[in-house]
Amino acid sequence: MSDAALLGIGIDAGSTTTKVVAVDAAGTLRWHRLEPTDPRMEQQTTRLLAEARQVAGDDVLPAVATGYGRALVSGADRKVTEITCHARGVHRALGRGGTLVDIGGQDSKIVRITDAGRVEHFAMNDKCAAGTGRFLEVVAGRLGYDLDKLSAEALAADGEVAISSTCTVFAESEMISLIARGHPVEHIVRGLVRSLVKRVSALARSTGVHAPLMISGGVAHSAAVRTFLGEELKLPVELPPQPQLMGAYGAALIALGKRKA
Amino acid sequence: MSLVARAKYHGGYSVFGRALLRAERIRSERQLAKPGFWRSEHQAPPLNVAPRLKELISRHYLKGRFAEGARKVAWVTSGAPIEFLTALDYFLIYPENHAAVCGIRRTAEELCGVAEDAGWSRDTCSYARTDFGAMLSGRTPVGKLPAPDLLVCCTNICQTVLFWYRVLADHFKVPLVVIDTPFVYRKVGDHDTAFVQRQLEEGIAVAERVAERDMDMARLRQVTVAARDAVKLWSEVMARGAHKPAPLTAFDQFIHMAPIVEMRGQAFTVEYYRAMLAELDERIEKGVGALKEERRRLVWDNLPVWHRLSWLSKRLAARGVALVASTYTNAWGELAELIDPDRPLESAAACYIHPILNLGTGRKLDTIKRLVLDFDADGVILHSDRSCKPYSIGQVDQRARLASEIGAPSLLLEADHNDPRAFSEEQATARLDAFLEILDA
Repeated sequence: MSDAALLGIGIDAGSTTTKVVAVDAAGTLRWHRLEPTDPRMEQQTTRLLAEARQVAGDDVLPAVATGYGRALVSGADRKVTEITCHARGVHRALGRGGTLVDIGGQDSKIVRITDAGRVEHFAMNDKCAAGTGRFLEVVAGRLGYDLDKLSAEALAADGEVAISSTCTVFAESEMISLIARGHPVEHIVRGLVRSLVKRVSALARSTGVHAPLMISGGVAHSAAVRTFLGEELKLPVELPPQPQLMGAYGAALIALGKRKA
Repeated sequence: MSLVARAKYHGGYSVFGRALLRAERIRSERQLAKPGFWRSEHQAPPLNVAPRLKELISRHYLKGRFAEGARKVAWVTSGAPIEFLTALDYFLIYPENHAAVCGIRRTAEELCGVAEDAGWSRDTCSYARTDFGAMLSGRTPVGKLPAPDLLVCCTNICQTVLFWYRVLADHFKVPLVVIDTPFVYRKVGDHDTAFVQRQLEEGIAVAERVAERDMDMARLRQVTVAARDAVKLWSEVMARGAHKPAPLTAFDQFIHMAPIVEMRGQAFTVEYYRAMLAELDERIEKGVGALKEERRRLVWDNLPVWHRLSWLSKRLAARGVALVASTYTNAWGELAELIDPDRPLESAAACYIHPILNLGTGRKLDTIKRLVLDFDADGVILHSDRSCKPYSIGQVDQRARLASEIGAPSLLLEADHNDPRAFSEEQATARLDAFLEILDA
């Protein structure tokens, strides 16, 4: 690992993946684990937390839990929402405030972060899979693609078919009927990614977008999503290193702060 | 009206029912007074008047059980002018309040399902669907709803009621009185008030015909006095929330508002709120708050989420968050000044044109701002209610303007007042927790 002692742990029990990170005294991300979320979340997070504490050589090392499963992380000292944690992580990673777009497996969030790193306000998608990572997973799954291939095809496509449905279920059937009508698959894929980005952009506009645009969450790995988001909101998109870990990273920074306090 | 029905009403309600409910109330009062009865870590015990409230509501629905054939029954919208109906001795059913009872008792989902099976879309208001479900199936947690002899629909709360009451009129084959209140974008004109007053006069004529009796203007005046007094007292009750710690929360108001909505114009309602006010003043004097520890104060906008009332109140209480005021309950207290018993019809026309949902959204924003400032609140929860578009429209702009104009942060909380299927506890929890983290940062 590293010479620097690990002094804070963050665990992000998300709907799709579970992430654990540990930071040193300077708040630098030194160690992490990422696994698909197990239905037996409590056992999984207990095991991961124990592993992090073992690596750190401190079995009472402060830990902060975040994500949908945070209530189930019995070994954590504190539970903080993903909104606060992502904001904290991204603010630290990029060194500034702005508008954070976090697209996770189950929801998407727009978080306005001040230059001091405080959350000013936020908006989340409504009770629907549209505009979330699940949307991409469903359409990619239908095509037998993984997310990287979906992103690459969307970017490389020389044309685009407009997808009118924002509903994940309807978009899936719309995609099938477009294929049946002979549209090239890559044009449809580009339209699907565009539809997700439009949905998220509308949410962002409703809260007011302040530059720079920053992106975190698993979907941030998609170059197509980043490109289209920048086009849609007419702003450059800044990507922190390891965007998927930002929630856990922010949680670890909070744990570190707690230790110092 | 049949003699048998009247005898049953007298025996079942006036003699046995009332006595039984009185005994039940006394039993609850004694239980409430027992030391150690209340165990909540975060919330103060219910108000001592709570058993009286339960008695009033139970009496109301018990009357309903025996009303058919014994008294004339009118079904009315929550914002309808009812003073003339009470003066003509109608027994009133508020389908919206009944639907809320179904929401709290967790039967609304099943009743909505009955309406959906009959073809109503899930995009229709969940109160309307609950009501249609009860109408079609006869199922209700209150025992039995009496069929209406008359329907009175006032458009001052939404346009859905216009279609909703046509459905009821078609089903029950009874006369429907529509009081159309012109929407107020900026100012109410004399012609608007005159238009509403004319409709009231026409409505009275229909109600007289159905009731087979003439309006007694002295009685109408008496009812209007009682309505005005109750509205004033209700307004005072809510104003007590400005004290720190607040002796009651908006959750208490959501429950204790039942009489001001469905028993307005009755002497016992005035007495009830007088007792409630005295108890709140006693709490203030002793420094007793509705929460054992009040850390934060918030204002609530829109209808309550009836099916999650207890969940939300406990969740907020555990975090030391008191909802100190709400635009919704405020709507039944803010128009007292407009009620003039000496001009019952003119003043009713002026009053019933002014409810919050019949005014432009700027007026609602002003109300929220005033509540935040008067009650020294830290922020606002804007319930974005899937079923109530007129109440929810404009909330995104209101959120931005609350922040820029008075520096009040607010949370948009997506839910539905009566349909639990349009609510995600996980998502609501994440939003609430994140909002409270912002307030504490």
